[in-house]
Amino acid sequence: MNAITAEGLAKTFGSGEKAVKAVGGVDLEVPEGTVVGLLGPNGAGKTTVVRMLTTLLRPDAGRAVVAGHDVLSEPQAVRSKIGLSGQYAAVDETLTGRENLWLFGRLYQLSSKQAKKRADELLEQFSLTDAADRMLKTYSGGMRRRLDLASSLIVQPEVLFLDEPTTGLDPASRLDLWEVIRERVAGGATILLTTQYLEEADALADNIIVIDLGRVIAQGTADELKTQIGGERIEVVVHDPEQAGRAEQILNLNSGGQCEHDEHNRKLTVPTHTGSKGLIQVIRDLDEAGITIDDIALRRPTLDDVFVKLTGRHAEDETEKPELAGRSAS
Amino acid sequence: MTTTDVKRESPARPNRVGPKQAVNDALTITWRNIRGGWRVPDNQIYMFIQPIMFVLLFAYVFGGAIPIPGMEGDPTAYKRYLMAGIFAQTMAFAVAPASVGLADDMEKGLIDRFRSLPMARSAVISGRVIADLANQVIVLAIMILCGLLVGWKIENGALGFIGGVGLLLLFAFAMLWVGAFIGLSVGSPQVAASAGLIWLFPLVFLSNAFIPTPTLPNWLQPVAEWNPVSAFVAATRELFGNPNLFSTDNFPAQHPVLLSLIWVVIIVGIFAPLAIRKYKAAATK
Repeated sequence: MNAITAEGLAKTFGSGEKAVKAVGGVDLEVPEGTVVGLLGPNGAGKTTVVRMLTTLLRPDAGRAVVAGHDVLSEPQAVRSKIGLSGQYAAVDETLTGRENLWLFGRLYQLSSKQAKKRADELLEQFSLTDAADRMLKTYSGGMRRRLDLASSLIVQPEVLFLDEPTTGLDPASRLDLWEVIRERVAGGATILLTTQYLEEADALADNIIVIDLGRVIAQGTADELKTQIGGERIEVVVHDPEQAGRAEQILNLNSGGQCEHDEHNRKLTVPTHTGSKGLIQVIRDLDEAGITIDDIALRRPTLDDVFVKLTGRHAEDETEKPELAGRSAS
Repeated sequence: MTTTDVKRESPARPNRVGPKQAVNDALTITWRNIRGGWRVPDNQIYMFIQPIMFVLLFAYVFGGAIPIPGMEGDPTAYKRYLMAGIFAQTMAFAVAPASVGLADDMEKGLIDRFRSLPMARSAVISGRVIADLANQVIVLAIMILCGLLVGWKIENGALGFIGGVGLLLLFAFAMLWVGAFIGLSVGSPQVAASAGLIWLFPLVFLSNAFIPTPTLPNWLQPVAEWNPVSAFVAATRELFGNPNLFSTDNFPAQHPVLLSLIWVVIIVGIFAPLAIRKYKAAATK
């Protein structure tokens, strides 16, 4: 059974010359009880996909079924079975933590008493009991995200949408939040997580869907994606730029492909099939040739490499803008 | 890849929200707005300090300089004339909390959160309107007390008084919809604060709220007398039995109460649908 099925979801904002195609036909399948990571740079269309799946946004085309209900014809049924934790912590700053949870519990149609009980449980579970009666304004970023996440878990949702849950958090709070998310997964929840952090997708998701310019450009497990771009590589940073040319020759001799030379960083990268043995050979040859090196390493591909390979850009590159539909059509 | 037609209307039963739930959700949002709102220092100033300031400022600072034609010898005349104007002005300013509140919710993403919950869609706006109206009741009560302290009088008995208060709250109710529309249109609380008030000051000052219209230049008199604010002020004066002055015996002078009720219908009739449309449109962004 799929907890989320989407076919051909599309959304264009604006019209005419200024139209921006945010999402152009996205298909998704998320089996029950799994975590899928929607990975892409800013403006890739991740949030737009989430907004369509959570009934906040009406798609221009396509259909989606979430937790067994059609998002277009049964939005209210979908809403009662999902939890959404937004990119911008959407909680009420002027209320206390406890009041926020009670408020959202009531709006999930719990009785006042049930909502109160559930608020207490969640405060406990998210280690917010001490801060429960303080206004949200006084919360740290990490506490606020925890409360935001707690708000999305009030009814034990069948499907949980986390839109960039850790963006802007310090590393310690991020690890905290990952722990909370893992607990939900262990509890059997289906989670769709968007992120621009590759290690986050790597750490949390069973399956990764890479999305760019409103389209799915790759999907699979982290390992599958990494294999797609081939095996290991040797990276060498030469000390003296003058020696780079000579080093490049040595690397080409020892490798299974063409050496890439990044002059700015004095870095040479070459694919290899021989693992650590090859690395040792390279070090020997470089030493014999009298080439001083600052750094050398055998690297396995990261999701970032996958991303660069697929899109020509880094995933955490902030400068990319969504494609202008008007421009591409002309 | 199949692409199905998505424009079809949803006939599904489970998506109907019953009236009971709509009321419950509206009251929950009302609770949230009042509870949170009272903790914001701006709102406390607006609710408690501003009304008192206005009464004192006009009664004692401007009051002496503004004569009421025909009542020159009476030292209480201006205060009795003035108070209905200040009441109406404060009710008109209900635009501000409504527009700032909704714009703030939009900007912070709370409206998105609400929209993702299985709650009545109408509750976000209706909860805002009910909460702000409740706040206006408190503001009005404080102003009435201040007015009584500075020498304003209820001169037309209890029934007139109740009618006057009711009419003022109806005016606030109408202006709240204007505020809701502005707040949902601009989407930023800072812009909402100025967009909500910038046109309101000239509108209030170009009315009979603080000055008797016969003292205005001839060409300005009809503008001031047909100004909707003037209708509410004149109607309130009539219901409270306070001095009421007109330059001519035109329709606004003869039927101020009727004219105000017509204005309520017009304002709500225009701005409530506009606000609801804006709210729904916010969903497609």
